Amino acid sequence: MRNPTATLGERLTRIGLIGLTGAVLLFLVAPILTIVPLSFSSGSFFYYPLPGLSLRWYQDFFTSSFWLSSLKNSLIIGISATVLATVLGTMAAIGIWRARFPAQALVLAMLISPMVVPVVIVAVGVYFAFAPLGLTDGYAGLILAHATLGVPFVVITVLATLSAFDRTLLRAAESLGASQITTFRRVMLPLILPGVASGAVFAFAASFDEVVVVLLMAGPAQRTLPRQMFAGINDNISLTIAAAATMLIAISLALMIAVGALQRRSVRMRQAVR
Amino acid sequence: MLTGAAAAGHAALASVDDDAITLRRALRKSRRREQWRAAALVLPLFVFLAACFVVPIGAMLARGVIDTDVARILPTVTAALKSWNGSGLPAESAYQALIADIRAARGAGTLASAATRLNYDEPGFRTLLFATGRQLPDELTAPARETLIGIDPKWGERDTWAAMRRAGGPVTDFYLLAALDLQRDADNSITGAPPEQRVFRDVLGRTLWISAMVTLICLLLGYPVAYVIAAQPPGRAGVLLFLVLLPFWTSLLVRTVAWVVLLQKEGVLNSLFMSLGLVHEPLKMIYNRFAVYVAMVHVLLPFMVLPLYSVMRGIPPSYVRAASSLGAKPFTAFRRVFVPQTLAGIGAGCLMVFIQALGYYITPALVGGAEDQMISYFIAFYASRTVNWGMAAALSIMLLTATLLLYAVYNRMVGVDRMRLG
Amino acid sequence: MLNNRFAAVALAAVASMLSATALARDLAVVSWGGAYQDAQREVYFKPFMEKTKITMTEENWDGGVGTLRAKIQGGNNNWDVVQVESEELLLGCEEGLYEKIDWAKLGGKDKFLPDAVNDCGVGAIVYSFILAYDGDKIKGDTPKSWADFWNVKKWPGKRALRKGAKTTLEIALMADGVAPKDVYKVLGTPAGVDRAFKKLDQLKPDLVWWEKGSQPPQLLASGEVAMTDAYNGRIAAANDKDKKNFKIVWHNNLYTIDSWVIMKGSPNKAQAETFLQFVSDPQYQKNLPEKITYGPTTKASTAMIDKKVLPELATAPQNIASALPINDKFWLENLDKLSQRFNAWVAK
Repeated sequence: MRNPTATLGERLTRIGLIGLTGAVLLFLVAPILTIVPLSFSSGSFFYYPLPGLSLRWYQDFFTSSFWLSSLKNSLIIGISATVLATVLGTMAAIGIWRARFPAQALVLAMLISPMVVPVVIVAVGVYFAFAPLGLTDGYAGLILAHATLGVPFVVITVLATLSAFDRTLLRAAESLGASQITTFRRVMLPLILPGVASGAVFAFAASFDEVVVVLLMAGPAQRTLPRQMFAGINDNISLTIAAAATMLIAISLALMIAVGALQRRSVRMRQAVR
Repeated sequence: MLTGAAAAGHAALASVDDDAITLRRALRKSRRREQWRAAALVLPLFVFLAACFVVPIGAMLARGVIDTDVARILPTVTAALKSWNGSGLPAESAYQALIADIRAARGAGTLASAATRLNYDEPGFRTLLFATGRQLPDELTAPARETLIGIDPKWGERDTWAAMRRAGGPVTDFYLLAALDLQRDADNSITGAPPEQRVFRDVLGRTLWISAMVTLICLLLGYPVAYVIAAQPPGRAGVLLFLVLLPFWTSLLVRTVAWVVLLQKEGVLNSLFMSLGLVHEPLKMIYNRFAVYVAMVHVLLPFMVLPLYSVMRGIPPSYVRAASSLGAKPFTAFRRVFVPQTLAGIGAGCLMVFIQALGYYITPALVGGAEDQMISYFIAFYASRTVNWGMAAALSIMLLTATLLLYAVYNRMVGVDRMRLG
Repeated sequence: MLNNRFAAVALAAVASMLSATALARDLAVVSWGGAYQDAQREVYFKPFMEKTKITMTEENWDGGVGTLRAKIQGGNNNWDVVQVESEELLLGCEEGLYEKIDWAKLGGKDKFLPDAVNDCGVGAIVYSFILAYDGDKIKGDTPKSWADFWNVKKWPGKRALRKGAKTTLEIALMADGVAPKDVYKVLGTPAGVDRAFKKLDQLKPDLVWWEKGSQPPQLLASGEVAMTDAYNGRIAAANDKDKKNFKIVWHNNLYTIDSWVIMKGSPNKAQAETFLQFVSDPQYQKNLPEKITYGPTTKASTAMIDKKVLPELATAPQNIASALPINDKFWLENLDKLSQRFNAWVAK
């Protein structure tokens, strides 16, 4: 980019571009930066400057049965949906990778479609379908619905990992007399594990953040964290929301770093094999 | 697989002539087995999605055209109206059938569903049915028609009966028409809905408009950002991309809360502007269209920056330099050489943002005003706040059709198998 | 086979989830949220759980009989006891959305104010919709009527009203000079409905809508609006708890009653009935007005209320003198028609 012969106009353009980029990045990060300090406020309003620092809103979070039970619900639903989506999604991705079968493109499009179909349509659909089956009275309906929303993430990340996977490794293992299961467990799984894990992280994040299906389907006993926050914005806006939000941001950061590390690890492992 | 190859080997020993055919057959067999195995791995997810995704959505959409409530709950009058030619009033037998049906439905406690359906077509029908049910005498002392018109003169109007006939099912275009602010009149021809009831064309237009504006803003902001990041050395680009991705990973609710805090009348931004003396009165920045644009662009911008970035990263800087050395002004070189190479990224980013924006619900619901709600809000409204499932389904059909068409374009252009995350 | 093993794991996971649904759920009680539900929690919910050892979960909603219809007709009812407004009570009762009340179990109908007794519901509170403004922001010449609510020249600033035809149309007519006793007569005619909407048209550029009872105090506190209609108790609660100086204009307030209902087919009907017995006990009812200024519905509790909150209740003689009792029979007949027109008008 640096060019000693740049004219004044070019230099101005460059400064303008960099200024704009800085402004956009600030715009992207500002809301997140705003909410974190508020959660440590000792006052009870969404104002700056803060009247003082305290952990009272965190204390409020961890002593409120509403927030704690919603955290518990989010974890139960998120983890169950992730397990379901990861197992089914990984199997399907391996199947698609192993061989072309008739109508494969169509099947793949269908497996990815939960990511594209507007959530409200998914929510209304499962709400009507699950209610008569009695699936809406507990966690089951929410887990199934969230698993469908998480599946595409798993399929896509595992497929991406597999696209770099060397098929000759499988043949080598088999020619050495390894059974299919052993080949999968000892050769394939370790190599695609980073992809599977980051797919699982995506699926978990999708469930952990989901509120539309929950709004329609969940009863008071299945309130999740986002649902509780939604109610908080609508009803009782208190700084406990800021505390909850800060913790969610910390979790997101951890997940993000985890995915980054997994992807780097996947690249390293592939290189090591080669 | 191995056995197939072994069998082929034995065959080769037995006969040289058959060798090629047998080998080919064995290969085909082995390939087919491999295909079956692959399909078997996909099957569980396929079945799961069919049961928990495709079938529920299909069944829900079907409610937009299926119409059986009235025929089920008021069967004899529905049958009697089949023979009514639509001019004048129905025969006395239809009135008798209605009285019998209302009595039976009230006894069975099912009248509400039929009344609900009829009320969508003709506001006030619920009240009419229930009030009629309450006031029906135990013994008819006059002809059925006279009795009913005596209870409510609406039973003497052709429109009332036409609405009832229209609801006779088993399929209907009522909801789909209503989603376009159209309806059928007593003569069964399509007309516009009364002006005070027209709302959906507005909503559809607004949904498209907001999505298009958000896409445009994302492009205008995202393009230069992607350009600058792509020109950085890899380490710094990584840090900048991290900043772009941070909101992508942050909970939607968290970001929405943050915008409420920032934009509200006595919020962070207004107090900042006031203390800097930029404004003397707090600006109205929330519960309006402005807030919707801000919050939606914030959520969707990463989906624009990422594809643009990956395209730009692949453009060798030598191209633009070559153009410059051939005498092109920097802007011309940029416009004629650089931009055309990023068209694929622009297309992918715009489609992705637009598709997602179409279905937005939570963000406009929390930061927008009543005039900023998009189609998803109305789908959820009709599904959970009224029991008008037909209307929810009809609006879903509109939204889903638009989404899937664009998705097909995206698939053709980019390919779903090339989609990357993170 | 490999996929068999995976299938077995997946099936086991699904099966365990399905079996979990067979467990009975806790009693779910639904009320109006915010300061009101906070008060109910202290006065009713906590003592109820302590005394009866029944665990209950709470939810809040913002009304609309459609929500209850969707729960019952959609087969997805996860609510047991719900607090409803008067026309929701009548409509839902007629449509079979609620269980019938067994009055003998509640101590007989005579125990209650006459308005609090219905086949499907038992009265919960007596309250009013009132005009509220922030006394720290509007001083000196203060608004005194709904007509002043429309006067944005004299008192600039946005106005908030509840998003719904009921109450909004009555308020518009009273602002247009219709006396409370004539409001429903006028609103019963097409010309009267047009008149109400025409009056609302005048204010539309300055209107924001609220849906939950907790919103009006927030809208006033944040300065988002200069005046709003509100439930009287929420305004008093904001003054009491958050040290606000909100003022209530009682002139032409809209007076009504809310009821508890048990949702049809509730699997927790027995616990729900125990809950209704509990909240109908004058010993507990008398504590509510101290927390939030809503009147109780049993005759005995009225005498036990702390004297100093009496003037703040909707039932105080000076408050009820100019009040408009909300006509639930009128809304039973007209809610659908007027709501549809209202919703279309709002969305435009």
